Amino acid sequence: MIEVRGLTKRYGDKIAVNNLSFSVEPGKVTGFLGPNGAGKTTTMRLILGLDYPDAGTVTIGGQQYAHLAYPMREVGALIDAKAVHGGRSAYNHLLCLAQTNNLPKRRVGEVLELVGLTEVARKRTKGFSLGMSQRLGIAATLLGDPALLMFDEPVNGLDPEGILWIRNLMKALAAEGRTVFVSSHLMSEMEHTADYLIVIGRGQLLADCTMEEFIARSSGQTVRVATPQPEVLAKAVTEAGGTVIPGGGDGALTVSGLIAAQVGDIAFEHGVRLHELTVVRASLEAAFMELTADSVEYRAAGDEPGDEKGQPPEPGQPPESQLPAPELAAQGQHGNEGRI
Amino acid sequence: MAATTTQQAARPPVLPPPSGRAGFGGTLRSEFTKIRSVRSTYWTLLVLLAVSIGIGAAISAGTAANWSHMAPSDRATFDPTQASVAGLFYLGQLVIVVLGAMVLTAEYSTGMIRTSLTAMPRRGTVYAAKVVVLAVVALVVTFIAAFIAFFLGQSLLASTHDSATLSQPNVLRAVIGSALYVTTCGLFAFAAGAILRHTAAAITSVIGLLFVIPILAHLLPSSWYQDLARWLPDAAGRALSVTVGPQPPNLFSPWGQFTVFAVYTVILLAVGAFLFRKRDA
Repeated sequence: MIEVRGLTKRYGDKIAVNNLSFSVEPGKVTGFLGPNGAGKTTTMRLILGLDYPDAGTVTIGGQQYAHLAYPMREVGALIDAKAVHGGRSAYNHLLCLAQTNNLPKRRVGEVLELVGLTEVARKRTKGFSLGMSQRLGIAATLLGDPALLMFDEPVNGLDPEGILWIRNLMKALAAEGRTVFVSSHLMSEMEHTADYLIVIGRGQLLADCTMEEFIARSSGQTVRVATPQPEVLAKAVTEAGGTVIPGGGDGALTVSGLIAAQVGDIAFEHGVRLHELTVVRASLEAAFMELTADSVEYRAAGDEPGDEKGQPPEPGQPPESQLPAPELAAQGQHGNEGRI
Repeated sequence: MAATTTQQAARPPVLPPPSGRAGFGGTLRSEFTKIRSVRSTYWTLLVLLAVSIGIGAAISAGTAANWSHMAPSDRATFDPTQASVAGLFYLGQLVIVVLGAMVLTAEYSTGMIRTSLTAMPRRGTVYAAKVVVLAVVALVVTFIAAFIAFFLGQSLLASTHDSATLSQPNVLRAVIGSALYVTTCGLFAFAAGAILRHTAAAITSVIGLLFVIPILAHLLPSSWYQDLARWLPDAAGRALSVTVGPQPPNLFSPWGQFTVFAVYTVILLAVGAFLFRKRDA
């Protein structure tokens, strides 16, 4: 649905987006992740034609954004909730946007109702809290009832209630069959909402895969194995090509480079008793930190990224690449370039 | 809350099916909604009416009260039409410059421009709609200001038996011309706003061009000034509003002088449009 090909944008001599290619597939929540300054907002501005790329193309359903017949009916985008004229009422703000796309006036009342701003519809927006502004911005994206929604850091600065509201809203929108493309630097946020991930750092693609793949492929995935004969197992595992990190004093080892089944088989072949065999999956946060460790722009001295590892052990699932549904496959596959 | 109720895939259509494409008509309505929905529009237009009518009335009333003490030569050169609309073309232009510049610069200062161009990404359409809405609003208000100022001024001058009527030569031209000149000042400022994208910068530079440059030009050797005056943007207002006595010899005809200013404005609007389309928002 959104096709980004070879996108490059420079501001002065600083490259904000560097030869970036990815697709956002219909009907999913796609998380757009990256540390601050990675180029997420720039990419979204380029998608919307607010900024012009130095190289590359962006199309939405095969067309440039500026050429869409009714942009608001196809894309609802919120980049900056505070990008409104504070002297205008919420109602008039939405009305002037609706009018550009010949949307009926009643739609303004409907979306205000939808986001819960009906009571302050006639109030000037300069008095709105960030949470209210965010709701107003989201109301604007829903005016045209678009199939594709784009949100840039929608939970930034919101209180827990606001975060919950946004999270539920995104789920509801996705459940209605809409495509949601949402950026964040908060990995924990994406872990609960996104099906698919596009990760960038310093303007370049770092990962373009499903959430499952992202976690599985990160080197954070290990197998924890407890045995009364650690030396025997460690030797066998090393011979089989695995890497062993000695665990705590309980005889537990952490094995990387092999999957749980392989470790179990090796133990069986060598007659080693196992007391525990667990796949330790990296949290998304840890996987992300590891992936972007080299591309973080500003880091405090002594910060060691990627040391938050091994959250609650979950039963291992084979990482299965999510194939596009047949009717969607025609609209374009994910490019392979730049995948992890 | 309705937004959080989950509906499955088949969403009922909430909008009528689209036909055609988003274009100038809707954007024009949108721009009109924008200009009528912020208080600054009403304040600037109210100030415009107040200074145009008030200053015209004050000059007219003052002249009427002083008439019996005026020298015959002063009476002969007194221009009742110009006196009544002087507030409009001297101070009204300053006010309209604020309104004109703000049409675009307020969108940049608030960030609204990004929301506007997301809703309507065809920038030429947005720019044209803004120009048309500003021109129409400014024309309506300056015409109202010009005619009220004229009729009020003449009624205050009635006692002098030297008041003007619209049927006298040049009078209608002066009244309408003042309104057109001030409207054009608004468009000139709009274009400066499009180029500079900053309210204070746009207003300052337009006031500089309309007020300061003419003053500085007076400091030039007289013969240079005589040659230069007709090419200054503010000459249009002076030429159009004169109804009594000969036209200043160093200027073009009133409408010729207006054309000079209009051409400057069109060039500036074209540069503004080019930059508005070309630059990152």
